[in-house]
Amino acid sequence: MSGPSKFVPRHPALKWFEARLPIIGLMYDSFVSYPTPRNLNFLWTFGAILSFLLIIQIVTGVVLVMHYTPNVDLAFNSVEHLMRDVNYGWLLRYLHSNGAAMFFFAVYIHMFRGMYYGSYKEPREVLWIIGVIIYLLMMATGFLGYVLPWGQMSYWAATVITNLFSAIPIFGETIVTWLWGGYSVGNPTLTRFFSLHYLLPFVIVAFVVLHVWALHVVGQNNPAGVEPKSDQDTVPFTPYATLKDLFWFVAFMLIYMWFTFYVPNYLGHADNYIPANPSVTPAHIVPEWYYLPFYAILRAIPDKLMGVIALFASIIVLAFLPWLDTSKVKSGRYRPLFKVFFWIFVADCLLLGWLGAKPAEGGYLIATRILTAWYFLHFIVVLPVIGLMEKPLPLPESITADALAKHGAKKKVIAATVAALAVLVGLSTSTRTAQAAGETPKPPQLTWSFSGPFGTFDRAQLQRGFQVYKEVCAACHGLSLLSFRNLAEPGGPGFTTAQAAAVAAEAKVKDGPNDQGEMFERPGRLADRFPSPYPNAQAAAFAFNGAAPPDLSVIAKARTYERGFPTFVFDIFTQYQEAGVDYITALLTGYEDTPADFKLPDGSNYNKYFPGHAIAMPPPLADGVVTYADGSPQTTAQYAKDVSAFLMWAAEPHLEARKRLGFQVMIFLLVLTGLMYFTYEKVWHDVKHPPEETPGQGTKTTRA
Amino acid sequence: MTNPSLRAEPTRRDFLFIATGAVGAIGVAATMVPLIAQMNPDASTIAAGAPIEVDLTPIAEGQIIKVTWRGKPIFISHRTKQEIEQAQSVKLSALPDPQSDQDRVKAGHDQWLVVIGICTHLGCIPISKSGEYNGWFCPCHGSVYDTSGRIRQGPAPANLPLPPYRFVSDTKIEIG
Repeated sequence: MSGPSKFVPRHPALKWFEARLPIIGLMYDSFVSYPTPRNLNFLWTFGAILSFLLIIQIVTGVVLVMHYTPNVDLAFNSVEHLMRDVNYGWLLRYLHSNGAAMFFFAVYIHMFRGMYYGSYKEPREVLWIIGVIIYLLMMATGFLGYVLPWGQMSYWAATVITNLFSAIPIFGETIVTWLWGGYSVGNPTLTRFFSLHYLLPFVIVAFVVLHVWALHVVGQNNPAGVEPKSDQDTVPFTPYATLKDLFWFVAFMLIYMWFTFYVPNYLGHADNYIPANPSVTPAHIVPEWYYLPFYAILRAIPDKLMGVIALFASIIVLAFLPWLDTSKVKSGRYRPLFKVFFWIFVADCLLLGWLGAKPAEGGYLIATRILTAWYFLHFIVVLPVIGLMEKPLPLPESITADALAKHGAKKKVIAATVAALAVLVGLSTSTRTAQAAGETPKPPQLTWSFSGPFGTFDRAQLQRGFQVYKEVCAACHGLSLLSFRNLAEPGGPGFTTAQAAAVAAEAKVKDGPNDQGEMFERPGRLADRFPSPYPNAQAAAFAFNGAAPPDLSVIAKARTYERGFPTFVFDIFTQYQEAGVDYITALLTGYEDTPADFKLPDGSNYNKYFPGHAIAMPPPLADGVVTYADGSPQTTAQYAKDVSAFLMWAAEPHLEARKRLGFQVMIFLLVLTGLMYFTYEKVWHDVKHPPEETPGQGTKTTRA
Repeated sequence: MTNPSLRAEPTRRDFLFIATGAVGAIGVAATMVPLIAQMNPDASTIAAGAPIEVDLTPIAEGQIIKVTWRGKPIFISHRTKQEIEQAQSVKLSALPDPQSDQDRVKAGHDQWLVVIGICTHLGCIPISKSGEYNGWFCPCHGSVYDTSGRIRQGPAPANLPLPPYRFVSDTKIEIG
């Protein structure tokens, strides 16, 4: 990017064009001939991985917008419509929601890498600050996007985050009202969040261009932290860095696709499958995992304004890092004291994240305060002081000397990073541990035909489950997101179209207005959705003393229970996604006589597994209430299991297609990762093992 | 290409590069499938496009009604004797898109003309009972259709298309 272009067009047409708009030359200089240090380790590929992830987020996001409706009454259902009806809609949404998590996962590695190797130091201060701005933009974008599905967590995240601004003295309330466009979070809030969520990624793209520009002016830092001194210290971007970046990107995709296809809701919150309800806050509201450390800092401070200031300060302080770190040595590898404090700082951040998901009380709160204090001390005291008193190790004389030196440090760094990633992945899920434990027993973990990577639904079980729903549950519970045609669709209960049409014809569907302007009832058709047993939510609540029976369409994804440590970590690998059905089965069979010491409120029933134990729903099932045609046992336990399986299908009708496609994608990625690895090794062979062993000569041959 | 290592094992090396590139290209191509497929009609739209039934009894002779099927206007014309005669008496050679009136109605139901009410020029909806041939006149670019919905004048290239339909009974049709 500096000096005349290395690109020499040969073709006259190209020459003509380059003389007028030298864009090909710019691309060539930036992504082909651009020299990169030859000793970069895999941590330097996260910049490229993040660029690819940004593209994936934008592409999938643009597609999601084609099916999404930003309206408080329609948003939740439009997302479910996308998941159920749109071709590959479930895939595109899971790619987008898990892509956001992966984006943060990758950016945290990218940031910690910069901090460890001193990538913010002279002359890369501006590069670093642009990075901090991108991170802030990402946080805003992630938050705005999380609001759009308009579930319970969306709504309350919007409420809590916008209320941060109410801490501002004098103008706080005015600003919050302005942000909302009303007196509470409502439709104007949703529409503006939607608009901004579409805008900000393109602002991020602009800052990424600046980030790359600044990078290409000053050149990349490297694990040795010494600047390139000669041509042999660097290799051209293409093919060397290109292939390395692609290899690691494909490897990263394996993790991303594992989450997308096998545990797509793992990083989310079950509560967000409950439509937004402005009159009920979920019992445990926590942000997405990637905001948890900052959330912990917010809660650590007992003062509202100071808490908000601390929250923002904890991010803004990063921008001052180039001047807070007083050491002249860049790479942490040669700073024995810094190294220790760096890992303490990483642990501090991870623990803050863990505490962010815990209730803010007792020992947790004390720990949060200590760790918050340390977070700031690290920047304001530790970094300036150790830079002055530390005696660094001798630096390598050049990048080439470092690259050809056989040191174990590189392996150790990789091992430590992998370990840190593992902890981060584990932490990412600690939001689940926020569920109240109390004295509620854990539901037993049952065996389901649809669990695991090759799981499929048991058609007969789904048909029996539907029978239980129709004969028992349907009296009080709607299934409003399901259409009759779904019963005959592949991957479902396997009814024939005629059977599904017969089920539809039994239902009375409200239609109209007709030519006379009147609403009328007609028999259902395949295209109709299951009619609700109540005309509206108020009628349902009135009929049940205020406790409206929830709609069951996504209930299997909207319910969960606390998995506990370390089980929740293993759940990623065992692909445990059946917390909802296990809970529902347990709930349906968990009715017991009220213990003598338990005071049951009037109109409630005692249930072992219901949080708080007092449930409004009377025991719905009893042995023999449904007559099975296939000879299955007519017991409460069997009914509960069958209807739970049916509700799992109702909540995730493309579950089978997802797992099937997931397997194909994983096999493909493994093959591609292997091929990429060998290609990468082949291309890098002469750089890593120069024909002449002496550093300082003999690498010229690789510069084709 | 002056790199000696490039020439060392040309076949194995090239095979690896081509294989990697090919597999990568397949991956990119496969990724396009969902991105393109998502724009096709979704399952609910397809289901909503199921056949509809129309009761013909309220349609008086000489009246044309408009119903909607798959978002398209369908004209159901209860033709008068004169209109039928007009439609049947035209010489096929005089038509830009020759088709006999018999081919445009169901046998034994000459009085019922069912056409998709979209001008074959550029998709506007023609005005009923107007134009020189007492059929339809498209206000956008002046195409004129006769009482059988056939193009007679103007830029439209073809007759008004017929939707798939059948007579369930003498007074009821199913479109779709």
